[in-house]
Amino acid sequence: MYAFLTALAQGGGDAAASEAGHFEPFLPGLVVLLPLLGFVINGILALKHGRDSAAAVRAGGELTFGDRKPATHTLPTWVGPGVMGLAFLITLVNFTRMLGAHLEEPVVVHYWTWIATGTFTVDAALQLDQLSMIMMMVVTGVGFLIHVFSVGYMKEDPGYPRYFAYLNLFVFFMLVLVMGSSYALMFVGWEGVGLCSYLLIGYWFSDREKSDAGKKAFIVNRIGDAGFLIAMFMVFANFGSLDYVPVFHDAEGLAYAGGLVTAITLFFFVGAIGKSAQIPLFVWLPDAMAGPTPVSALIHAATMVTAGVYLVARSSVLFALAPLTSAVVAGIGALTALFAATIALKQNDIKKVLAYSTVSQLGYMFLGVGVGAYAAGVFHLMTHAFFKALLFMGSGAVIHAMHEAYHSTHSHEDAQDMRNMGGLRAHMPITWATMWIATLAIAGIWPFAGFFSKDEIIWQTAAFGGAAGAPYTALYTVYWVMALAAAMLTAFYMTRMMVLTFHGANRTGAEESRHLHEAPVVMWLPLAVLAVLSVFGGWINVPEAIRASFLGGAGALPMTEWLHHWLEPLTAQAHHIQEEHLGELAHAAPFGGGEVMWAVISTVAAAIVVAVAIRFVGGRKVVAVAEDTTELTGLSKVLYNKYYIDEFYDRVVVRPIVQGSRFCWKVIDSLIIDGVVNAVGWIAKAFGWGISMFQTGSVNTYAFILTVGVLVILGASLF
Amino acid sequence: MITESLVLSAILFVIGTFGVLVRRNAIIMFLCIELQLNAVNLSLVAFSRMWGIEGQLFVFFVMTVAAAEAAVGLAIIISIFRHYETVNVDSFNLLKW
Repeated sequence: MYAFLTALAQGGGDAAASEAGHFEPFLPGLVVLLPLLGFVINGILALKHGRDSAAAVRAGGELTFGDRKPATHTLPTWVGPGVMGLAFLITLVNFTRMLGAHLEEPVVVHYWTWIATGTFTVDAALQLDQLSMIMMMVVTGVGFLIHVFSVGYMKEDPGYPRYFAYLNLFVFFMLVLVMGSSYALMFVGWEGVGLCSYLLIGYWFSDREKSDAGKKAFIVNRIGDAGFLIAMFMVFANFGSLDYVPVFHDAEGLAYAGGLVTAITLFFFVGAIGKSAQIPLFVWLPDAMAGPTPVSALIHAATMVTAGVYLVARSSVLFALAPLTSAVVAGIGALTALFAATIALKQNDIKKVLAYSTVSQLGYMFLGVGVGAYAAGVFHLMTHAFFKALLFMGSGAVIHAMHEAYHSTHSHEDAQDMRNMGGLRAHMPITWATMWIATLAIAGIWPFAGFFSKDEIIWQTAAFGGAAGAPYTALYTVYWVMALAAAMLTAFYMTRMMVLTFHGANRTGAEESRHLHEAPVVMWLPLAVLAVLSVFGGWINVPEAIRASFLGGAGALPMTEWLHHWLEPLTAQAHHIQEEHLGELAHAAPFGGGEVMWAVISTVAAAIVVAVAIRFVGGRKVVAVAEDTTELTGLSKVLYNKYYIDEFYDRVVVRPIVQGSRFCWKVIDSLIIDGVVNAVGWIAKAFGWGISMFQTGSVNTYAFILTVGVLVILGASLF
Repeated sequence: MITESLVLSAILFVIGTFGVLVRRNAIIMFLCIELQLNAVNLSLVAFSRMWGIEGQLFVFFVMTVAAAEAAVGLAIIISIFRHYETVNVDSFNLLKW
């Protein structure tokens, strides 16, 4: 992959210079439509499959596959990954064409006018530029690998075609999100991926806990979406359009640090917080692990949760104009990075560790885009997609093996708890090796991908805080320290996870451990591809300073700061604003030392932490869940229980809302509103009942009343 | 002369009304109603001395209607008596709420 990119960058770049920046999009609509087509085909198959299963259940049994699987089970194997592979190939063609052209302005491919009311128009149009191209490569490329992995992981699942239908639909919406040419289209994708996330988290919906997790994700995301909507309204009210090109063009007229741009960006960031699981709306992501593991890899690690980062990077012009928002973005990011990393230290569920790790890494991305290093944020988004998808799929392979081992003895032990693992290295060497690569990458060890991306964010934080006109300088120093601390914690908890899972003695059980086995080739091949990307993926953006210091510019790393140059046409405007108002970025960290020195310090420190963690965790005696009677105390207990955030939200947010709703239901609706309506009826009824008492059936009474009545009328007419 | 007639008429009417209100025997009540009608007839005749023949004319109508009413009323009473073997109106109170 790396060699291929290099060749493209060199060969293609030179050849295209003569063509002077002409970029011809190649079937961009098809990239979006192919996953939709996959969704339609798989959806039809899923409906048929569901009918067949229901018929089998009615007939008194259940749909069994036997040796020959029905077509509804075999076709999705080809359709699901197939459309993704084709979409990736088309994306690749577009990418090579864009590499060959020096694209200065985004190319907008217009299809039709979607909404036209008054001055408000939204076109169904795709925007092809350097940023959307990177995102398309990640979504279709990593997405394709995860689809392939899913074939192995989900093949025994009764809802197999439905699974691929949802997965394809997700990719469709994700591509709309990253390729749409306006905030309105981004919002379409934004809501669509949220829907697919909900459907896939609650994929095993017959389990109450899992369908609740889906609901939680959906509802928490709604809070953020409200912010996104308000921001969109404000953009339209002030710019008269939602299309990126005119909005960013007109944004130059906005006052720097003005109230308007600050409000718009803050509301956009609220949306990003929800989608990208940042404090305070991160609580849905760990619960989202209820979904199938490839879903966690695709949606909750590699693509959907990075939509918030994409949103900020896409709106870089607006965020650069709002230093207050940028400080908030960076602050939330740094805080989340540190906070989630501490929780990950004490989790025992392998997927929970990775979930908190994802929250933490997303925090890094926000820190990056918050300090104006938009390319660095996108860079970390990309490398994170590689190694975190790899880690999730690796954990999927582990869970798959554990599940089958427990299945063989009909044991109901937890297949995801790391205390039940240990020593899996002997059984699954490929998973072990690839996951170690990803672990070293995420820990920020040179020369793996994560080192370059994470280190750049940390360095940019220091440089930004040290700029001449930077606001809140002290704050950025704090962010920088937090980011460094989180990096060390990352190295620790990831190593802990690896040691608990793959090293030491096996704790699965004597009988069960004989059934542990390596994942099939369809599962480990995507791991291997991602492992290669996790090693070399960072080399496309090696900082100039590091290259100059260590490799002497000898051509060993030819793609120095390639991603920066690649994204330059899009980030130039934001960088220009930044330079104008903040001045040059600093060349030294808050406590002295330059970029290279801190890069060396951080990688050496991370390596030391990894080594210490191996000794420390490896040296401790771990027992299987069934025998584990340790009572957690103090800080460990707090961390294990995730700072009691869920309990806190339950007490402060959920229960008051539930009680308020109950009040509205029981008191306002049932008692007051229904009471008034019923009272009207009751009064009429009671009145009628009272009057009916005069109808005694006795003639004398009637005669008496008649007489009295006549006398009254006579008396009244006399006087 | 007219004053005496009207006073007599009023006395007869009150006696009739009183009878309708306090007696329970259906036939007595019926007769009391006849008494009321004839009290009115008396006052009509008395007034016709002052204002012309229409009063007396009207009395014939009243008497005709009263005769018809007596026929229907007595028939109903006999029919009720056949069923209940009493003509006490307190016994006939099924038509109530």
